[in-house]
Amino acid sequence: METDQFIRTLAADNAHRARPVGFMLALALLLAAPISIAIFMTELGVRPDVMIAMRNPLFDLKFAVTLGLAIPAIAISLHLSRPEASLRGRAWLLLIPVGLLVAGIAGEMMMPQRMPMAMRMMGKNSWNCLTSIPLMSLPLLAAALIGLRHGAPTRPAVAGAIAGLLSAGLAATLYASHCTDDSPLFVAIWYSTAAAMVAALGALAGSRVLRF
Amino acid sequence: MREREDEWTGLMRSAISGDDAAYHRLLKAVTPVLRAAARRGLTRAGQPADQSEDIVQDILLAVHLKRHTWDADAPFAPWLFAIARNKLIDALRRRGRRVFVNIDDFAETIPSEPAPEAVPASEVEAQLKSLPARQRDVLQSIAVDSASIKDTAKKFAMSEGAVRVALHRGLAGLTAKLRGQ
Repeated sequence: METDQFIRTLAADNAHRARPVGFMLALALLLAAPISIAIFMTELGVRPDVMIAMRNPLFDLKFAVTLGLAIPAIAISLHLSRPEASLRGRAWLLLIPVGLLVAGIAGEMMMPQRMPMAMRMMGKNSWNCLTSIPLMSLPLLAAALIGLRHGAPTRPAVAGAIAGLLSAGLAATLYASHCTDDSPLFVAIWYSTAAAMVAALGALAGSRVLRF
Repeated sequence: MREREDEWTGLMRSAISGDDAAYHRLLKAVTPVLRAAARRGLTRAGQPADQSEDIVQDILLAVHLKRHTWDADAPFAPWLFAIARNKLIDALRRRGRRVFVNIDDFAETIPSEPAPEAVPASEVEAQLKSLPARQRDVLQSIAVDSASIKDTAKKFAMSEGAVRVALHRGLAGLTAKLRGQ
C-alpha cells in the first residue's frame, strides 16, 4: 500500500477517540481489587485487636508507608505511559515511603522497647508477609499492565516495575491490617523485599506486554 | 525547524478538536521527516535505505493509535519523535540489527523532497489479508479506492457508524498483526 493511501485511511479514522490511560488504569484496578480483597478475606482477615492497634502510631504508619508507595507509583506509571516521558523529575516521589520509614525507625528508636531490635526486625510474620503481599499483588499487577497497555511507554520494563510497586503498595495496604508486626524495622525489611519481588516481576512482564 | 514544529502542534490540536483535514495535513507533513530518519537508520544498520516505507507506515500507525497519550498542552514534536524512535529501533531490531537511534536524528532531519526511490511498502498490505473480511473491505475501500466513509457505507450497505467501527478495528488489528510477525 502506498503511504499516501495509508495516510488517507488513518485520517478517515480521526473521529475515533480513545479513552485516557488514567481511566483505563482506574477501571482495570477497580475490577481487580475485589479479587485481591477476596484473597485477603479468605486467607488473612483483619487482625482481631485492630481497635487497640489503631491507637499505636506505628500501626498507622504502615498505611502511610504503603499508600505512600502506591499513590506516587500510580502517578509515575501514568506519566510513563507517555512516550516522551522519563523517570527524571519524578523518581524522587518513590523516596516518600522511604522517608516515612526512616522517620518511623528513628521514632521507634527513641521509644522504650520491650523487645530487642533483632526480634522486632524479624517479627513473627516474615514468611507470611513475603508470600501474602505478592499473592494479593498479582491480580492488581495484571490489571495495571492491562490498563497501561493503553498507553505508549517507551521504557516498558521501567513502566512494568512501577506497575509492580503500585500493585505491591495496594496489596501491602491490605496486608498491613492483618499483620501484628508493627515495627518500622519489620516493614523496612519484609514489606520492601515483597515489593521488590513484585517490581521485578512487573519489569519482566512489562518488557513483554507494554511494548507497542 | 522551530516553526515547523509549532505548525505540527497547531495541526494536531485542530485534529483533536475534530478537524479531519488538519489531521490529514499533519500526517502528510511529518511523513518526509519520518522517512528521512528511517532511511538514515537503515543506512546506519547496513540495510538498504529504500526499505523505509514499511517503517514509515509502522510509525504512522502507532502515532494514530496512541495519539491520546499526547498532552495537548505540550509540543507535538518530542512526542512524535519518541514514538518514531521507538518504532525505528523496533524495526531495525526485527531486521536483526541493534542500532542506537538518537532523538536528535529526527529533530535535525530535513525532509528529503522529492520522495526518494523506495521499495513499495508491503507489510501493511500483507497483514490486511489476515483481517476479518468486513474490516479488510472497509480499509481497502478507503485506502485504495479513496472512497469516503459515506461512499463506503453505501457500497457495502452498512451504516456510517458501522464503517467507522470496522475501520478503527481494522487499524487496531493491523498493529497487533504487525507486532506479531
